Amino acid sequence: MTTFSPISAARQGTLLRLILPLAVFIAAIGVWEMYVRRHAVPPYILPAPSLVAQTLVADWPLLSASLFVTLKTTLLGLGLAVAGGVALAVLLSLSRVVEYSLYPFAVVLQVTPIIAIAPLLLIYMPQDIAVLACAWLVAFFPVLSNTMLGLQSVDRNLLELFQLYGVPPTQTPIARLGSRLKALWLLRAPAALPAFLAGLRIAGGLSLIGAVVAEMAAGSAGAGAGLAYRILESQYRLNIPRLFAALVLLAVAGIVLFLLLSALTHALLRRWHESALTLEA
Amino acid sequence: MTEPAPPLVSLQRVTKVFANGVTALAGLDLDIRAGEFISLLGPSGCGKSTALRIVAGLAKPTQGRVTWPTASSLDHRDDIGFVFQEPTLMPWANVADNVWLPLRLRGLSKRDAQGRIAKCLALVGLEAFADAYPRELSGGMKMRVSIARALSVKPKLLLMDEPFAALDEITRFRLNDDLLRLQRELGCTIVFVTHSVFESAYLSSRIAIMTPRPGCIAAEIKADATGERGLNFRTSPRYAALCQEVSRLLISLTSDGPV
Repeated sequence: MTTFSPISAARQGTLLRLILPLAVFIAAIGVWEMYVRRHAVPPYILPAPSLVAQTLVADWPLLSASLFVTLKTTLLGLGLAVAGGVALAVLLSLSRVVEYSLYPFAVVLQVTPIIAIAPLLLIYMPQDIAVLACAWLVAFFPVLSNTMLGLQSVDRNLLELFQLYGVPPTQTPIARLGSRLKALWLLRAPAALPAFLAGLRIAGGLSLIGAVVAEMAAGSAGAGAGLAYRILESQYRLNIPRLFAALVLLAVAGIVLFLLLSALTHALLRRWHESALTLEA
Repeated sequence: MTEPAPPLVSLQRVTKVFANGVTALAGLDLDIRAGEFISLLGPSGCGKSTALRIVAGLAKPTQGRVTWPTASSLDHRDDIGFVFQEPTLMPWANVADNVWLPLRLRGLSKRDAQGRIAKCLALVGLEAFADAYPRELSGGMKMRVSIARALSVKPKLLLMDEPFAALDEITRFRLNDDLLRLQRELGCTIVFVTHSVFESAYLSSRIAIMTPRPGCIAAEIKADATGERGLNFRTSPRYAALCQEVSRLLISLTSDGPV
């Protein structure tokens, strides 16, 4: 902690990591724009980036409303997945019986391609609920499995330390549960945090995918107002610039979600976890 | 000879057979008297750590008894401090919170434990590092935190399972001296598992040599408990002779059988 390796070098590294992808991005956009102009590609085949940008501005009221719908589904689905996944993981870690009886079903839910369930969900549930359920289903498993892994990966010696100092000598079932909860709170929860956050980052992206997939399944049935629906609608009407604009919004939403979750991870782990170490040490 | 005081802990004919059928200990007898520094010395796999865990109550003997003749209560966990081979710190908690853990498990709030935490950290010379996180510390400092944590419950009996095995020699020498100073200041009894002849000869008032398959105590050597330690002792003929004696005995006891 006393060795301050050249800070300027570290800063240079961060700068490079920002500038290089940005340069590549701008170059790609430039090539695209030039290609479309030089060859006079009609916008219904490939719109120029400038046209996409114009469309984004012109259609903003429509697109922003759709973005809001999709984001709401994504975040709500993610929130429910976190609540459910963590709760179930804790339950499974507290009791072997519960683990053996429930975990296989969680795996079945995970390995079934969710797009195959979406039409079924749409039959049984109102449209918005079905879309939400879809986002929840795909985001649920990474949270569950990662949290479980984390809860189980506590240092054995630390658990023995708990045994040595914590467990009351008289072992009633309630006292046993109490000491397990204590170990859960003091040991397993912090030990599980890195794995949980890794699961959360995966779940964030998957939740968006789940929402889009469900919206597409629902959109073909006629209603819906999310971004995925706008994409389908633009496709039918050959409004390709708007399709691109909606795609851009989806991509940006995904990136922002990922960055937010990464920032959260860094804030929570930066003091102690190896993964949060940068160039120092 | 005068009648010795009753031992603090007494292991009688302790046998431990693991679930896989391996006999780790067979008929181990050991009396631990108050104020002693006992080293359990032996090759790896001779059941030293198992014996220590049985004293701590972390493992139950298959046969035999562990008794605390002078204790009134049946629960001895208040009397025991345990130091593992690894520092075994919680990486997400700072040094003060790590030392707080045993007290916290006994329901002591951080505010009530504050004085004790500071005192324990001062004992191991880490008072300036209360807010540091384990990953910011060196291996020796982590071990010091681990010792401070074991001391936080004011143990009568400090059990140490090869605590310095992973440290470099220079750090180990310093921690050896610090440990002896701590024992003098706190007056606690220490049982120290090691596979180093030199470490056991330096630290102990009594060395119990253990042999494997099945593990038991094959010989005991009384070492000079009263003598002054430090560089003078480390380079003295007395220390060299003791090391020689222990090494000879260890080799003669363990030479038969595969290594």
